[in-house]
Amino acid sequence: MRTWPSPSARRPGYHTAPMPDPAPLLQMRGICKRFPGVVALDRVDLDVRTGEVLVLMGENGAGKSTLMKVLAGAERPDAGDVVVDGRPVSLASPRVARRLGISVIHQELTLVPHLSVAENVFLGRAPRRAPGLVDWRRMRALADSLLRGLGTTLDVRAPVSRLGIAHQQMVEVARALSDEARVLVMDEPTSALSAAEVDQLFAAIERLVARGVAVVYISHRMDEVFRIGHRVSVLRDGRHVATRAIGETSPAELVKLMADREIAEQYPVRRGRPGSPLLEVRHLARRGVLHDVSFTLHRGEILGVAGLVGAGRTELARAIAGADPVEAGEVVVEGRVVRCRSPREAIAGGVALLPEDRKQQGLVLGMSVQANITLPTLAAFARCGLVKRRAETSEAQRQIAGLRVRTPSPHTPAGSLSGGNQQKVVLARWLLSHARVLLFDEPTRGIDVAARRDIYDLMVALVAGGAGILMISSDLPEVLGMSDRVLVMRGGRVQAVFDAGRTDAQVLQAALGIAS
Amino acid sequence: MSRLHVPARQLGTLAGLAGLCVLLTILTPHFLTVSNLLNVLEQTSINAIVAVGMTFVIVSGGIDLSVGSIVALAGVVLASALRHDWPVAAAVPVALAVGSACGLANGLLVTAGRLPPFIATLGMMSVARGLALMWAEGRPISGFDEGFRVIATGRIAMVPASALVMLGVYAIGQVVLSRTVFGRHVYAIGGNEEASRLSGVPVYREKAAVYALSGACAGLASVVLTARLNSAQPTAGVMYELDAIAATVIGGTSLLGGQGTLGGALIGALIMGVLRNGLNLLNVSAFFQQVVIGAVIIVAVLVDTALKRRRG
Repeated sequence: MRTWPSPSARRPGYHTAPMPDPAPLLQMRGICKRFPGVVALDRVDLDVRTGEVLVLMGENGAGKSTLMKVLAGAERPDAGDVVVDGRPVSLASPRVARRLGISVIHQELTLVPHLSVAENVFLGRAPRRAPGLVDWRRMRALADSLLRGLGTTLDVRAPVSRLGIAHQQMVEVARALSDEARVLVMDEPTSALSAAEVDQLFAAIERLVARGVAVVYISHRMDEVFRIGHRVSVLRDGRHVATRAIGETSPAELVKLMADREIAEQYPVRRGRPGSPLLEVRHLARRGVLHDVSFTLHRGEILGVAGLVGAGRTELARAIAGADPVEAGEVVVEGRVVRCRSPREAIAGGVALLPEDRKQQGLVLGMSVQANITLPTLAAFARCGLVKRRAETSEAQRQIAGLRVRTPSPHTPAGSLSGGNQQKVVLARWLLSHARVLLFDEPTRGIDVAARRDIYDLMVALVAGGAGILMISSDLPEVLGMSDRVLVMRGGRVQAVFDAGRTDAQVLQAALGIAS
Repeated sequence: MSRLHVPARQLGTLAGLAGLCVLLTILTPHFLTVSNLLNVLEQTSINAIVAVGMTFVIVSGGIDLSVGSIVALAGVVLASALRHDWPVAAAVPVALAVGSACGLANGLLVTAGRLPPFIATLGMMSVARGLALMWAEGRPISGFDEGFRVIATGRIAMVPASALVMLGVYAIGQVVLSRTVFGRHVYAIGGNEEASRLSGVPVYREKAAVYALSGACAGLASVVLTARLNSAQPTAGVMYELDAIAATVIGGTSLLGGQGTLGGALIGALIMGVLRNGLNLLNVSAFFQQVVIGAVIIVAVLVDTALKRRRG
């Protein structure tokens, strides 16, 4: 396993040396896909070469997901050809796609939590001793060697529910490899990973690439794109806009290609200073999760919360929002104790949670955008128990316009919107409820550059209006770029609080480094 | 589902009902007569009333297996109240209260007790049946005044009173489900319970109410049934839960929750009523009828699933 060249050794020579194998492993030609009312893909061409990391970028709604589904065999294109090894193929089903060596690792992992690592790696294709009899020993040995090939050692007998996200992802990669994947599509694989875990994943990707696997890597994080990518293809409004070798482009150019406009500053300018205390959290505790957490959030303040995955950040937000029970401590909003035994009580106290997992916890995807926006405040639109639909729709439209939510109509199902617009819908809900304490958990996770800036602008407008924001984020530049102060958590405790002036990446990383 | 999708789905079910009627009109001269069609309405009313509550429960993401037994229990309690010369205006509310109480017990088991709805209502199915048998000592309770029986036998402009009760329940249910805060909450809970809870929807309260409502509908169905048969039997209502689930599902309500309409449930109940009536008119044996009805349920859902897949 020592034969793989290290990333740093291989990288510099890559762009200057001629391509060792210029014939594309997989070609997509003129792929078109339309859905009712939308052209998702418009004559898209794409080449994927052996042993490269092809980064796929584009704003939400640009067509990346649809393209990925076509590759996975989950959606059939209306027109266009897919060529693998020079032969035209028909990706009629996920099964066919896998047989051709195309494997997709979705953002939401698809493991069976209660089965072991080895069983998940060989799900549905367990090695047999005899028909119907699983060869457990061989299965474990094979799973182990696949994982070692990725630079990971795991207990292959352990149920995957006990693993962290990063390791679960490795199990997915191993599963794809056990399928003899030659094209591996990864959709924002780092969105839930800490910095160290990202390193581990990238090392595994380097190994795969050196072995000749082609990786199609979908990401919004510019630093990752330049770290791991060889070429980058940009989609915009369902069209393939450009493909560049990574050495011949810049973040500014990519943003311009994606958004068709320059985004001057990534983070908005903040005006005004934080005011009087808005939210006081005192000695909050929950067994095994939160230990004596106390802090104050002021009016007009964005308090960033940094920490490793599992440090208790999400749990803190959920406790304040009444989503999980607490055993001790109190939450005071504007001098009044808020009994956070249920989200309902917390909402009445002016506290709102924007959960990390919008699809599972934020939105009712099958319901309309409008119904999602008015969900907590619906009673205010009702007279004698009957909802006044016209008043509801006009208020929803006002919020949609105010937040620039891109939706065909207020009656469109929320599930059909892109990630950034879904986040705006959740935000609209809490603007309507006049929440003063907003708990943002990973507000820009899975959201493209332009929509990200929209969210930042909205956050700034909110605090300018006197609200206070607690912003949990694993994206360190974001925490530093947006926050007035930064609270660092570790092991369910407040490890440190930094002021904006003294905060910089080194200080924080030191705190995190000591923590890990 | 979007607002545009639901009427389209209902039109499909309606087309199925119309097709069935056309077929039966061709096959037998006795089908398309005013008296027979009114007869179908009357026979459909009980299943249709139970299906109203079932639709609420299924849209909220649950299931209620206890409604058949609740019909029997509410029926025998109602009957003995009437036999003890209670006025109709007092006995009928008692039947509704018995139904609601059983339903509320289901709701509390599902929410506070955190039992899966299937298990909670399966238990209640047996408990209510047993209570009904105990109450009536295993025997039917029969013979009521005309003043009570008019609920089933009366006619207003030829339309059976039971059909009017059914239509009234649908009208009220439709307003509650589509226009009230409670109705919206039912859809939200069925669509995503955790997101609803985090949005401040009182999930427990609304779910308990949904099961109580289903019990109340079963109680009302027992009133119509007892009045029609002039008798309340502790063994009544067997399989009603499955008929109601079938009507709801044929009407396009997903067992996964979060979508579905009462209009669909009504059409679904009518399809089952027309089918039973038509098969009787055609002298099809009761045994084979079960096969046909089962097949229709399966085909209806297969077609629905296939259409949904094509639409994406």
